[in-house]
Amino acid sequence: MANQTDTFPKLLIKNAERFKHKAAIREKDFGIWQSWTWSQMRDEIFTLANGMAALGFKRGDKMAIVGRNRPRLYWGMCAAQCLGGIPVPVYQDSVADEMQYVLEHSEVSFVLAEDQEQVDKMLEIHESCPAMQHVIYDDPRGMRDYEEGHLHDFEKLQQLGREFAKENPDYLMQEINKGKGEDIGIFLYTSGTTGKPKGVVMTNDNIIITAQNSVKFDNLSKDEEIVSYLPMAWVGDHIFSYAQAYVTGFCVNCPESEATVATDLREIGPTYYFAPPRVFEGILTTVTIRMLDAGKLKQKMFNYFMKVAKKTGVAMLDGKEVSGKERFLYWLGNILVYAPLKNTMGFSRIRLAYTAGEAIGPEIFDFFRSLGINIKQLYGQTEAAVFITMQPDGEIYADTVGIPAPGVEVKVNDNGEVMYRSPGVFHSYYKNEASTNETKDEEGFVYTGDAGYFADNGHLKIIDRAKDVGKFSDGSMFAPKYIENKLKFFPHIKEVVALGDGKDYCTAFINIDLEAVGNWAERNNVPYASYQELAGNEHVYQMMLESIDEVNKDLSTDSLMSKSQIHRFLILHKELDPDDGELTRTGKVRRRIVNEKYEVLIDALYNGAKDCYINTEVAFEDGRKGSIEATLKISDAKTFEPNVKEAS
Amino acid sequence: MSEASRIGDTLLEVKNISLSFGGVKALTDISFDIKEGEVRAIIGPNGAGKSSMLNVISGFYHPQEGEVWFRGEKRGALKPYQVARQGVARTFQNIALFKGMSTLDNLMTGRITQMKTNMFWQAIWKGPAEREEIEHRERVEHIIDFLGIQAIRKTPVGRLPYGMQKRVELGRALAAEAKLLLLDEPMAGMNMEEKEDMSRFILDVNDEFGTTITLIEHDIGVVMDLSDRVVVLDYGCKLADGTPDIVRNDQAVIDAYLGVSHD
Repeated sequence: MANQTDTFPKLLIKNAERFKHKAAIREKDFGIWQSWTWSQMRDEIFTLANGMAALGFKRGDKMAIVGRNRPRLYWGMCAAQCLGGIPVPVYQDSVADEMQYVLEHSEVSFVLAEDQEQVDKMLEIHESCPAMQHVIYDDPRGMRDYEEGHLHDFEKLQQLGREFAKENPDYLMQEINKGKGEDIGIFLYTSGTTGKPKGVVMTNDNIIITAQNSVKFDNLSKDEEIVSYLPMAWVGDHIFSYAQAYVTGFCVNCPESEATVATDLREIGPTYYFAPPRVFEGILTTVTIRMLDAGKLKQKMFNYFMKVAKKTGVAMLDGKEVSGKERFLYWLGNILVYAPLKNTMGFSRIRLAYTAGEAIGPEIFDFFRSLGINIKQLYGQTEAAVFITMQPDGEIYADTVGIPAPGVEVKVNDNGEVMYRSPGVFHSYYKNEASTNETKDEEGFVYTGDAGYFADNGHLKIIDRAKDVGKFSDGSMFAPKYIENKLKFFPHIKEVVALGDGKDYCTAFINIDLEAVGNWAERNNVPYASYQELAGNEHVYQMMLESIDEVNKDLSTDSLMSKSQIHRFLILHKELDPDDGELTRTGKVRRRIVNEKYEVLIDALYNGAKDCYINTEVAFEDGRKGSIEATLKISDAKTFEPNVKEAS
Repeated sequence: MSEASRIGDTLLEVKNISLSFGGVKALTDISFDIKEGEVRAIIGPNGAGKSSMLNVISGFYHPQEGEVWFRGEKRGALKPYQVARQGVARTFQNIALFKGMSTLDNLMTGRITQMKTNMFWQAIWKGPAEREEIEHRERVEHIIDFLGIQAIRKTPVGRLPYGMQKRVELGRALAAEAKLLLLDEPMAGMNMEEKEDMSRFILDVNDEFGTTITLIEHDIGVVMDLSDRVVVLDYGCKLADGTPDIVRNDQAVIDAYLGVSHD
């Protein structure tokens, strides 16, 4: 008897029997949560797969999935796998050029696109992707007059599938049974921090075994509810919204649109939740701003009970002893403040939340934990099918990323770089053997590219990307991300780029947080019309200066980092944007590009100038180009004498 | 695009309309027609009588002279709600939404002309009225989806930015499932991006639902791009009528817009 759970289609069949009447996926559509049970979902996927077979989709073919999280797109993944094909999810907000690279590189022959917007991009790049034969679309709106023969409506394709199934009733099951764990299951493209995205090839085993391990680690069950709103092309979503759901049978909820995620989250009340730190930061910023708008009494209550929560909540969550009085106050606070607050955030039922991808500010981390939300950190990457280290319950620290995940071996090599080996380790980079060999050594250990070390309690601590760690001209260490994170923890700072490799001292570019600073401006009668205007405001500079002072003071007490105090800074005239190539689609800074693009500004930061003129090209969402020009003020910051406290 | 198949027979025709308020002559002897499925623009300088014309079509004003023919029948002096029932819906130059009500409720008011159950059943609620409301809600949800306003479904309209309110107003007119949609300056006061969105919606409405659209607009660029035919008014008289190209090159129109030197 062959292994019945080594591929996703087999898991689907199993779940359709086990959880026949249990919801597998929901989507809010026309104002109502529409849901499909596991058996309904199986039927939908099978008819789609039959339709694709009728169009000639066969073993080894690739199908791009282009769009936001929608049931039909998730079904497309499994349908492709039913036929032995490989789904290639793509970041849907990429402009046509960026998509073209991935689609060309992965040689997709089929595309499953969400709507007209994505179909238009496909038509635009069709010429240059000779392998692309068929484009299937979910939402037909606006495409009535599209006459291209290779476009197929989702429902019509399913109709075709029903006819195909009548003529070839056994074909699909035969194909599913041919599938094996060691087969290639999916291509996940990295977001490309340093260059062109790389296609990470994953086998079914990589994904399914990793998902099974993580499910055991956190005791996930069929009763979890999650809201899937992160890009489908990202490995995290593939694990959380697809692999873990298929392994456990829990329900995946797709929001109505990107703009309604907050409302939908509140309606569903997920029990299991994943978000990168910036989402948690965003929630905290919103709460803080809204509290400022609240009445005096509410503000007082909030402030008082948040203090109580800070003292008691975290301790209670970690299972430590607290006094009866503290317990009572926390109980009262829960009725008056925490429960309503959690309800507003959609966290009433939350059992487990994860954050990863970047360091999270200790204050943000503690805020959520003190409310009784079990938020934990994990460290992972695409090449590992996410999990490298995770924090076990009761051992949560803001500055570490936990212990090795089940089945994962982690070591730090002589250069201080973190390496790991696990069942989730990727098969290869697609069509890029050189990179594969560079990243994986003979023993199967993978270089993460991150510098880190194990702290005394056995938890891994990540310092920075190994190649980003540089040296000042006097040889002391420069770890940009460490400095940036310290600044980014302030709510009015959104993004920071620290500079200093090979220079005498450290400087920084700053992006203000438009929501937080805009609210401040409104409160203080500071008029502004645009980001640029607000960014250049004298008072805003003063505000940044105060934050930098604080960070510099903090850095001055750290023996390793006292040299990294920020001497000069400027506020950028535009937000760093993935459309301009400055950030990756997952929101990480592309340092090389920022350095090239803003070279004049960097020069000005180091030549003592008081201001600097710059003209920057910007890309709009529809791919058009424009330019922004500005004269930016450069400000000096106060630095402190190194004052190293012992054992801090 | 198959222009010919999209545009059908005459849907509405105004014949020799004259309208005056006391001694002020708002419209003088105006005739033109609106064909089924087309986008028809009415343009003209301020005070030309555009809104008055629209009010005549929507039945709000009754002209002293002339006739309105709708779907091949001469229309008597109807009340605006009777005209609405015939399938004519409109938006207003100054937004006329219920500010305290949510987007959803505002759109539901657009369905009132379609509601069949009487006050008795509405009061009892259970039964036919409930079934009817669910049906109407479904239609409204399709419009919400169409206009991409899911995120503001429950938001009171008064809290929305201007461009959004305009969109909600269009939604309410759509909810009435009109044959003929009258848009009174749908893009007034909008920025470039909002105008682009609104233009897209107007074309989509026309294309998807086959709704005939008559619009008043000041942005000539937008008018020329959107409409199939344009009628130009000036001081209550018809100056020109035809495709955008014809109108654009009409000397009388150019004079009216740019002015003529008095020498």
